[in-house]
Amino acid sequence: MVIIAGVLAGFLDRWILLRNDYRHYPTYPHGHLTHLALGFIAASLGAVAVPAIAEPDFVAVTFLVLAAQQFREIRNMERETLNKLEETKLVPRGQDYIEGIARVFEARNYLVILTALLSSTVVHLWGWPYALIAGPLCILFSGRLMSGSFIGDIAKIEKAELHFEGAILKVNDVVIMNVGLPMTREKILQEGMGVIIKPKDDNARLSLHAPGQRLAIIHDLVSILGTKVDINETELMPMARKQVDKGYLALFLLANEPDIDYLIEIIKKVPVLETTRGTTLSSFFGRKAAD
Amino acid sequence: MDTGIKEYILAIITQDMELVNGGGCPVFLAANQEEQEKIAIYISRILGGIVHDLENGVYFICKH
Repeated sequence: MVIIAGVLAGFLDRWILLRNDYRHYPTYPHGHLTHLALGFIAASLGAVAVPAIAEPDFVAVTFLVLAAQQFREIRNMERETLNKLEETKLVPRGQDYIEGIARVFEARNYLVILTALLSSTVVHLWGWPYALIAGPLCILFSGRLMSGSFIGDIAKIEKAELHFEGAILKVNDVVIMNVGLPMTREKILQEGMGVIIKPKDDNARLSLHAPGQRLAIIHDLVSILGTKVDINETELMPMARKQVDKGYLALFLLANEPDIDYLIEIIKKVPVLETTRGTTLSSFFGRKAAD
Repeated sequence: MDTGIKEYILAIITQDMELVNGGGCPVFLAANQEEQEKIAIYISRILGGIVHDLENGVYFICKH
């Protein structure tokens, strides 16, 4: 009973945390199956720990610790797969985003072990009805733990105007690139969309400064709205450039679905990557310099 | 693996040879604006590059 409760809670946790969303990852159904299987193993590991200690069978416990090491491989596995896919992508995800995804996958398995461990402990101590409370609580808690912040939390996004100064494409006052062909310029003016992403504080400014974060924003946009980039036609590549004096970003995109309101909503939902998150305000000099 | 030449001028298209000097990449002489744009489009599509305008009548193609 102890083990079943733990395994069930852990497996459910993994299932709920595994969402197939617009980022095209993990793939369905095989990517899902891999992760559910690993989740099941993780849940079993967590669930048998308490009975093993209670026995007491310390050899079994040692083996459990060894087995838990295997989950470090998940990060490598994810990183490798995504890096392979990156080579053929027209609009890349970026290394930072890949690292972020890989870490999340690893961390989720540890959460599953924890959920299974806690649920089985509760059953072991007080009986199975308590697992009905402890299990959902753990699942809720791990869901809360895994949700980071979003661009919408750290920045304000506003519509902006695309215009040309000679051959230079600008979004409001930010230079994007030099476009040579008059034909392309006209197309950009007619179909292009531009937004300004204004950071709310110094931490946000540093997060947006990271090229990896910008690539993540662009990748999410393109995977929902589409892009007019093709192989050997990279002139309409979406781009995000910084206003170097004021620190805000200007983003430019030619989408297949040109809907600027949804574009802004999508940017708000892009996760702030762990590896690029700015933390200057938590340092002494950062706070001093920030006024 | 993608092993192309990047961040390098791949071709120059001009109407005035006086404006271009030295070598390193092919230079195409166009008779008029229309021809210049046409050559630029062709070469950029074939090479997967982008046409840039120096605003003095010289176009060049670069891959990023």
